[in-house]
Amino acid sequence: MISYLDFEKPLAELHARIEELRETGESGSINIDAEIKKLQAKADKLQSDLYAKLSPWQKALVARHPDRPHFRDYVAGMVDDFMPLAGDRAFGDDQAILGGLGRINGQRVMVIGHEKGDDTASRLRHNFGMAKPEGYRKAIRLMELADRFGIPVVTLVDTAGAFPGIQAEERGQAEAIARSTEACIKLGVPMVAAIVGEGGSGGAVALAAANRVLMFEHAVYAVISPEGCASILWRTADKAADAAEAMRITASQLKTLGVIDRIVAEPVGGAHRDRELAIDNLKNAIADELKSLGNVSPAKLRQQRRDKFLTMGS
Amino acid sequence: MSWLHRVRKGIASITKRETPDNLWHKCPKCAQMIFTREFEDNAHVCPKCEHHGRIGPKARFHALFDEGSWTVLAQPAVREDPLKFRDQKRYTDRIKAARTATGETDALINAKGKIEGQKAVIGVQDFAFMGGSMGLGVGAAFVVGARQAIADKCPYIIFTAAGGARMQEGILSLMQMPKTTVAIAELRDAGLPYIVVLTDPTTGGVTASYAMLGDVQISEPGALIGFAGQRVIENTIREKLPEGFQRAEYLLDHGMLDMVVHRHELRATLAQLIGYLAPGKKAA
Ligand SMILES: [Zn+2]
Repeated sequence: MISYLDFEKPLAELHARIEELRETGESGSINIDAEIKKLQAKADKLQSDLYAKLSPWQKALVARHPDRPHFRDYVAGMVDDFMPLAGDRAFGDDQAILGGLGRINGQRVMVIGHEKGDDTASRLRHNFGMAKPEGYRKAIRLMELADRFGIPVVTLVDTAGAFPGIQAEERGQAEAIARSTEACIKLGVPMVAAIVGEGGSGGAVALAAANRVLMFEHAVYAVISPEGCASILWRTADKAADAAEAMRITASQLKTLGVIDRIVAEPVGGAHRDRELAIDNLKNAIADELKSLGNVSPAKLRQQRRDKFLTMGS
Repeated sequence: MSWLHRVRKGIASITKRETPDNLWHKCPKCAQMIFTREFEDNAHVCPKCEHHGRIGPKARFHALFDEGSWTVLAQPAVREDPLKFRDQKRYTDRIKAARTATGETDALINAKGKIEGQKAVIGVQDFAFMGGSMGLGVGAAFVVGARQAIADKCPYIIFTAAGGARMQEGILSLMQMPKTTVAIAELRDAGLPYIVVLTDPTTGGVTASYAMLGDVQISEPGALIGFAGQRVIENTIREKLPEGFQRAEYLLDHGMLDMVVHRHELRATLAQLIGYLAPGKKAA
C-alpha cells in the first residue's frame, strides 16, 4: 500500500473508490468492470497530469517520499557482485554513507552513497541518511582506493544534509566535508554522481563534485532545505513553498543553470510507484556516462572537473 | 612601524566624527565601556577582556602588510542576481544596501603586498557585507586571489568570516564550495602555501570548504567556528551545548586548528610561517 502525499488527495480518493468497487462489486459484472475501467483511466490521467507539473515544493515532497528507492535498493537492482567496504580507519563506520566495489554492466565501479533507511530500525541505524565526519572520511578513503586501482567512482546522493550534532562538530564535520569535496576534485578516474532523492547542501556536494552529475526528474538539489531558507529569509517555515520556488531546486532548473548534466526520467507518478523501472533508468544513464568517460586520461578527467566547477554560474 | 600605528591609520578613514553616541564602545563580552578611540587603536580588541571585535578588509590590510607595499586587487565581475531572487525583499536591493553600508562590491576583498618583506596575497571576508556570505562574487574573488598568488609565486592567506552560503544565489552559492576547492588545488599544484585565518564567525558552507583546507589553520581567539548553527544543533539533539562549544579554543583542543593567535601577534606569526613555507621566495 503506497502512502499518498497531501497534494495527491484527489488521486488517493479515486484509487480508494476503485478499490472499493473491486471489493464490493459482484465479480464479472459488466457494469462494475466498465466503471472500474473508466475510473482507472481517470486516475491514470490525473496522476500523469499531477506529475507533469509538480511545483518545486511538491518535488521536494516527492524526493523525500519514504517509499522511494534508497541506496541499498539501487545497489541490489543495478550493481552486480557488490562487495561492501566499511570504516574510516580512525573512528568508526558511519552507516549513513555506504560504499563498496561492484560491477555495472560488467564495468568495475566503486559505489558510494547516502542511505536513509526504510523502517524505524533501519532509519535509526542509518541516521536518516545524515552523515557524520566518519561517513565522509569513509567516502574519502573509498574514493582514494578506487583512484589507486583505476576504478571509476559512482555516487548516489540522497541526504537532507550532514548531521548537525555536538559530536559531529567535535570530530570536524566541516573539515570532513571539505576534504571529501577535495577528494572528488582530485580523482584521476571517472566520477559520475546521481542526485537520486534529496541533495541537501554541503553534505550532498561532498559526494557530487563529479565529471558528470545526473539527477532524477523529481529529485531536488539545494543549498538549504526550503523550510530552512523560509525560516531565515521569510522568518517562517510556512513559506517553504515560496522558498522552494525562489531557490531553483528542480532538475530542469538546475540543468538550465548548468549545475547538472543530465536528467533521468522517473516512472509516471514518481520513482516510488515503479521502483524497478526507476532503478533501471538510472542504471542505463550511469552506464552510458561511464562508457563516455571510459577512454579519457586521468589528467583530462581532472581538468574537465576543474573547468566545469570554475566556470559554473558564470 | 608598530601594529598599533598601522591599525590606527587603517581605521582613521572610516572613523566617524566623535559624538556622545559613538564616543564610547561597550564590549559585547565583558560589558566594559571603552573609549571608541582607544578600542580602535587597540585593533578592535577589548583592552579589559581581550575580546576580538570584527574588522573589515581595509583595516586588516593596514595591520598586516608593510606600509605602502600593498594594492587592492580588482573585483571580478560576476553575474548579478542570477536567480532573480526575491524573498521579503529583492536580492538586488539587499546587495545595494550592503554596498552602500560597506563601500565594497562584495564580501571578499583581496590585496597583494609584502609582510615583513615577503610577498603575499591576502583575502579578507567582510562579515558586514551580507554576513560575509559566499556567492558567485566571493567564489570568483577567491579564485582571483589564489591565481594572483600563483602568478606572484607567493602564499595565499585567507581571513574567513561568514554565516555560510548566500541563499539568494541558491544552488550557485553551494557550487562555490567545489569551485574554491579547485582554486586551492591549483595552489597545491604550484607548491604554494595556502594559509587560513579563521575569524568570528565562520560557519556553514564556508567552513565546510576553503576555511578548513589550509596547509596551516590559524584562528583568532574566541572566534565562533562550526558547520551547523548552534540553534539547529539544539533543535536537533534537544540538549544544551557545552561551554565554549564551537569556539576557536574548543577547535584547537579537538585538533582542528594549529594555533589560536591574538590579533596583535598575527603579522609576526604570518611572517614567520611564510619564512618557513615559502623560503627563497622572499622579495628583494
Ligand atoms: Zn571586553
